[in-house]
Amino acid sequence: MERIPILRMGKVLLVTIQVDMHDQLAVTLQDDLTARIVETGARGVLIDISSLEVVDSFIGRILGNIATMARVLDAQTVVVGMQPAVAITLVELGMSLPGVRTALNVEKGMALLQASIKADEAEPEVLDASLED
Amino acid sequence: MTTRIHEILKKYPSELLTEWFTSMTTGGMRRDALLKEGELREQCAEFLRLLTQATEHGNVTDITGSGFASVRDMLERLSRSRSLQGFSPSETATFIFSFKQPLFDRLRRELASQPEAVADAMWGATLLLDKMGLYTTEVHQRTREEVIVRQQQEMLELSTPVVQMWDRIVALPLIGTLDSGRTQTVMETLLQRIVETGAEIAIIDITGVPTVDTLTAQHLIKTVTATRLMGAECVISGIRPQIAQTIVHLGVDLAGVVTKSSLAGAFSWALKRLNQSLGSQGQRAPGKV
Repeated sequence: MERIPILRMGKVLLVTIQVDMHDQLAVTLQDDLTARIVETGARGVLIDISSLEVVDSFIGRILGNIATMARVLDAQTVVVGMQPAVAITLVELGMSLPGVRTALNVEKGMALLQASIKADEAEPEVLDASLED
Repeated sequence: MTTRIHEILKKYPSELLTEWFTSMTTGGMRRDALLKEGELREQCAEFLRLLTQATEHGNVTDITGSGFASVRDMLERLSRSRSLQGFSPSETATFIFSFKQPLFDRLRRELASQPEAVADAMWGATLLLDKMGLYTTEVHQRTREEVIVRQQQEMLELSTPVVQMWDRIVALPLIGTLDSGRTQTVMETLLQRIVETGAEIAIIDITGVPTVDTLTAQHLIKTVTATRLMGAECVISGIRPQIAQTIVHLGVDLAGVVTKSSLAGAFSWALKRLNQSLGSQGQRAPGKV
C-alpha cells in the first residue's frame, strides 16, 4: 500500500508529502505518524507540503488534527512550504488551521522546532487562534 | 448567381478597384489624417484579390468556411489596425459596404439582359458583403475589449506593488478602493512575493484606502490568515481613525491581527521581531504575536 515516508532526525520526525494527497493516504499518514511519535518519543514533527498543489477541506482538517494529536503526545508540529494557492484555498474554505505553526521552508521550520524544543516550551500554542472568519 | 460575382471580380479587377476607391473618397469615408491614400488603395487591392480567390469555388454565402480564411485574416488585420488607429466601427465596416455600389453597378451592366439573374446576384452579393462588414465590426469590438481587459489587468498589477523594505520584510502599500477582484489580486501577489523573496514579515499599509467595509475587512483578515499559513507574519498598518471607528462599529474582529497606526510603526515592529530571532535564537516565542 502507498505510504508517505516518515524520517527520523534526532528528536524530530520529518514528513515530506510529495504526492497529491487522497483521503486514504492522509488517514494512513495520521495513523503512522501518531504511532511513530509514541514509538520514538519525538518532540517535534515537521511536515513539508511544498509539493502539494491541491488541497480540500478534508486534507486541511487532517493537517489540523495531526497537529492537535501530536501536541497531545507532547510533540510540536510545524507545517512548512505551503504554496500560495493552497493557502488561499484553505482560507476560502474557512480553515485557518489555528494551532498549527508554519514556516516558509524546511530550514526555517527546522530552526523553529529546534529552538522551541531546546527552550522546552511545553505551553500550548495560542498562535492566532482567533483568526477564524 | 454564385459564380457571377466571381466572374465580375475576375473580369474587371482594375475597374472595380478604381470605382470602389472613388466611391470611398467621394463618400467622405477617407480620413487622410489616419490613413494614407496609398495604403488604402493597397488594402482595397488586396481585398479584391483575396475575395476573387475565395469566390472561385462558388461558395459566397458562408464566410466562415475554409475558402474564406485568407479574406477573414485580411479583414481581421484591417479591422484591428483601424481600431487601434481610432476608426469607429461603422467607419471600418463602411470600407466593406462601400464596395456594394461598384459591384452592383457591374452586376447590373453585365446581366442587363436577365433581370431575374440580376436580383439573385445582387442578393447574394448583399449577403456576402453584409457578413463581411459585420465581421469587421465584431473584430473591431473584440479588439477594443482586449484592450480594456489588458488595461484592467495592468491597472490591477500597478495598484499592487509589493516592495521589499528590508531583508525578510516586504510591504504592500494599498491605495484606492478595495473591491473583491482587487483584494484577490492583492492576496495572490503578496503571497507570491513572499515565496519569491522568502520574506518572514509582510506589512499591508492601508493609509491610502479611504473606506473599509465588512467585505474588505474580511478580505484583509483572509490575507493575514493565508500569510500565516504559509509561514510568514502579517501586520496591517495605517488604519485611519475613521476606519478604526467603522471597524469597531461593524463588529469586525481584528483581535488576532497585528495592527499599527503607521507604516513606520509596523516597520519598527518588524525589525524588532526579526532582530529578536537574529540576535538570540531560542528566545523567540513564536506563539505570541
